Amino acid sequence: MASEEQLSAIKGAKVLMVGAGGIGCELLKTLALSGFEDIHIIDMDTIEVSNLNRQFLFRQKHVGQSKAKVAREAVLKFRPHIKITPYHANVKDPEFNVDFFKQFNVVLNGLDNLDARRHVNRLCLASGVPLVESGTTGFLGQVTVHVKGKTECYECQSKPAPKTYPVCTITSTPTKFVHCIVWAKDLLFAKLFGNKNQENDLNVRSTDASSSSEHSEDVFERRADEDFEQYGRRIYDHVFGYNIEVALRNEETWKNRNKPRPVYTRDVLPLRPVGQNGNKDKASTGDPSSVSAMASLGLKNPQDLWSLKENSEVFLKALRLFFLKREKEIGQLGFDKDDQLAVEFVTSAANIRAASFGIPLHSLFEAKGIAGNIVHAVATTNAIIAGLIVLEAIKVLQNDVKSYRMTYCLEHPSRKMLLMPVEPFEPNKSCYVCSETPLTLEINTHRSKLRDFVEKIVKAKLGMSLPLIMHGVALLYEVGDDLEEDEVANYAANLDKVLSELPSPVTGGTILTVEDLQQELKCSINIKHREEFDEEKEPDGMVLSGWTPALAAEKIKTSDNGPSSSNASQTVPLESEDNDEIEIILKDPEILAAGKKRKSADVSVAVDSEIFSVTGEMLTKRKVEEDDSHNDIVMVDGNSDPNKKKRVQ
Amino acid sequence: MSATVNPKQDYDENIEEEEEIANHVITRCQILIPMFVRLQMGTEGEQLTEQETAIYDRQIRVWGVDAQRRLSKSNVFVSGLKGTSVEFCKNIVLAGVGSLTLNDDRLVTEDLLFANFLTPPDENDFRGKSVAELCCDSLKDFNPMVSVSVEKGALSIFDADFFQKFDVVVVNCCSLLTKKSVNAKCRKLPKRVAFYSVECRDSCGEIFVDLQNFSYCKKKNEETIECKLHYPSFEEAIAVPWRSLPKRMSKLYYAMRVIERFEELEGRNPGETSVDDLPNVQKLRKELCEAHCLNESHIPDSLLRRLMASTSEFPPVCAIVGGILGQEVIKAISGKGDPLKNFFFFDAMDGKGIIEDISNVNS
Repeated sequence: MASEEQLSAIKGAKVLMVGAGGIGCELLKTLALSGFEDIHIIDMDTIEVSNLNRQFLFRQKHVGQSKAKVAREAVLKFRPHIKITPYHANVKDPEFNVDFFKQFNVVLNGLDNLDARRHVNRLCLASGVPLVESGTTGFLGQVTVHVKGKTECYECQSKPAPKTYPVCTITSTPTKFVHCIVWAKDLLFAKLFGNKNQENDLNVRSTDASSSSEHSEDVFERRADEDFEQYGRRIYDHVFGYNIEVALRNEETWKNRNKPRPVYTRDVLPLRPVGQNGNKDKASTGDPSSVSAMASLGLKNPQDLWSLKENSEVFLKALRLFFLKREKEIGQLGFDKDDQLAVEFVTSAANIRAASFGIPLHSLFEAKGIAGNIVHAVATTNAIIAGLIVLEAIKVLQNDVKSYRMTYCLEHPSRKMLLMPVEPFEPNKSCYVCSETPLTLEINTHRSKLRDFVEKIVKAKLGMSLPLIMHGVALLYEVGDDLEEDEVANYAANLDKVLSELPSPVTGGTILTVEDLQQELKCSINIKHREEFDEEKEPDGMVLSGWTPALAAEKIKTSDNGPSSSNASQTVPLESEDNDEIEIILKDPEILAAGKKRKSADVSVAVDSEIFSVTGEMLTKRKVEEDDSHNDIVMVDGNSDPNKKKRVQ
Repeated sequence: MSATVNPKQDYDENIEEEEEIANHVITRCQILIPMFVRLQMGTEGEQLTEQETAIYDRQIRVWGVDAQRRLSKSNVFVSGLKGTSVEFCKNIVLAGVGSLTLNDDRLVTEDLLFANFLTPPDENDFRGKSVAELCCDSLKDFNPMVSVSVEKGALSIFDADFFQKFDVVVVNCCSLLTKKSVNAKCRKLPKRVAFYSVECRDSCGEIFVDLQNFSYCKKKNEETIECKLHYPSFEEAIAVPWRSLPKRMSKLYYAMRVIERFEELEGRNPGETSVDDLPNVQKLRKELCEAHCLNESHIPDSLLRRLMASTSEFPPVCAIVGGILGQEVIKAISGKGDPLKNFFFFDAMDGKGIIEDISNVNS
């Protein structure tokens, strides 16, 4: 049991939990059992069926209800006298500002996405409240401690960018199933059911410029004289047949590649379905999420591999059902892994395309995992991580800085350890979040618009949600509820101007100040004009640099009992249970760093560097805590970097 | 004989990992051509229900459909319901084992409720009920697809036939004598019954694992490798002379043996110690260390004091050790992943979770 000092620290503490999901349920339970009496918990999510295998505070009957609220009620059943304050809200909402954060002694994160983690990190830095951060994927997990001025902040180390694919791989030359999924989800699904006004490469690339004129009318619009069956077949023939034939005309492309095979409905399906369609689609139960093409086709097991014919039937059926049952949503649909019909459509479309390109087909279960970027999750890892979070939280409350540890939960033992504690590091002096290091942005100031800068840099890269952009004293852009109408119009106009033509022109040498008032984060960006960018390597058309995210662990001398050190690389991702926001991420061989075995008694490991790590704390280089009796030290080594990290003393 | 293997999770052919497993983890390993040796409970071909697929979606992505199917056919017995074993029960009920049988006849008291999240707050709900009955009701609610039941009676009187019904037996907070005898009964059976004991004191925890002869498959590159592990019984393991153990053996191992032996000699129930016993325990430590030719510094006073001073468990440690135990049982049932051999130690003071292999080298 906890000591007297621990108990008094626990009892007097007011803690904020962010996230009531996989880690959150376990954490709330362990906090309550450990004696915490004042817990606030924020979670915007509602309960889903796929949560029930691990989020044990929830039952089938709670599906659809607020996680934060149900979790509170469940815990009060065994600890009725403690205070739990739930917020069914987004942690990025303005009500959770610096003043709100200041009331807590410690913040505990059990989040599922990078964006929210960065936001909480900034609020913790701004309010001076310590943060215990955590994440799990499958059997892997980690807990880290971030205390302003004492340890590094969550953003002192770079987070690997989500994997993106060259546009032409997706539109013209897929070689892997994931390419087909991205095509089906981000191009075809978006084109048919999403916002029509959004740019979409579906047709641009797949029909080359010379032939595009004959398709000046939008082939994806349903014609007045078409029924859904005809429409579906025409779309099918266009994207899987015609477009492939057009692509094949470009001999150059296929010199060193396998040629795809155009697929037309007439080759796969009977010419015209005989009476099977008519009015057979009964009005459904009213819940649009229960509409399913596979169910109505008698396909039951999501693990089964469908044939090309079955995929084609699912494709046509799903498309038809979207128009019949969910017409109101068309034009504003985004892909959602919990939307059965959307998953069916994307699975079938990806499979038909895969068949055309000679890529192995996949089951709906597998396709859903890839398309929805679903991260593996089990109860045990979350329970372990929650226990570790509470241990760190107690140390933080006692201000026991020397005992702070980052702990990795491993799938395979390293140096006999399944749970590996590591001393935290000092803040990265060149971190733009917790220090004031200016950044540099290379950009074509004559071509890029302010909108590009706001979307691709300020929001995507810097993670700001309510930005304010200044050039000297001139305000170029700001968002907020309290703006005057003319200001709003002014800023909207600015968004569409190229940088060099703004009222206060931004050119090479300009220093911009970007600020997020909610996060209380401010940074300067030196603008450097550059004419050309590599379309494939630098698709944003701009390059942000300036803070040195990677870090190298310092070499540690072994003691005099004989040199014996081993290198181990450990990649442990932070949790991202159900992250829809970020692009599909696959393995990047560059971040696979193999350990070297030096001595038979030492174990070196390279754990899967991949693990669909959406928020991926990929390579972390840490010195494993040294036991007094141990002479060998595990160094975790990754990308080399001249920076040295000092441990917290 | 020892060998090094590269394990590879076969649920995802994209994962490439290179890992050297320390010699002590794998006893013997051989390359098989396409033959699969599975656990007895493995039944291929049956399909999961739609409900199972929906609820277990995220974990099927971790261990695959086959493993899920084997889990749902497995029968688990747990005796001694304290913080750690209750955490364990929660974990495997959520994971979806076939059945869970609980054994703990103690009547519910306020104290017993303290480290337990399975018990309802209403006093009237627990009056007159045994701990097992109370936990049973809560656990059923966690996952209606798992059959949870109670078996009354003292653990020590169950005969070998009784354990035959199970694939996994877990004992928590169990005396040395009973631990040895239950373990021995499990080993006598014609089928393999995996035996686990788990103990948490203060901020420390220990897990012991006996899978007898255990084979499991893993894929390395394109080959399927069958790995065989040979486990000693608890009695055999703790009989291994201390001087033959590695110099850097976890101190917790020795300390737990001293206290366990002390309780046995004094006729105490597990955990029935206090700091007042320290002088006698120190005396016993001296005797044991001399007998084993081990320096007493391997069992520091500070550690002994912590283990004896507090009989109640520390909830975060229960969650951690119960989580590791859950993971290990799932590995053993599913035949996926390297199971730990044969001790696990966690100490919140240094935060390490360590595996130690303590088996007789000659056997």
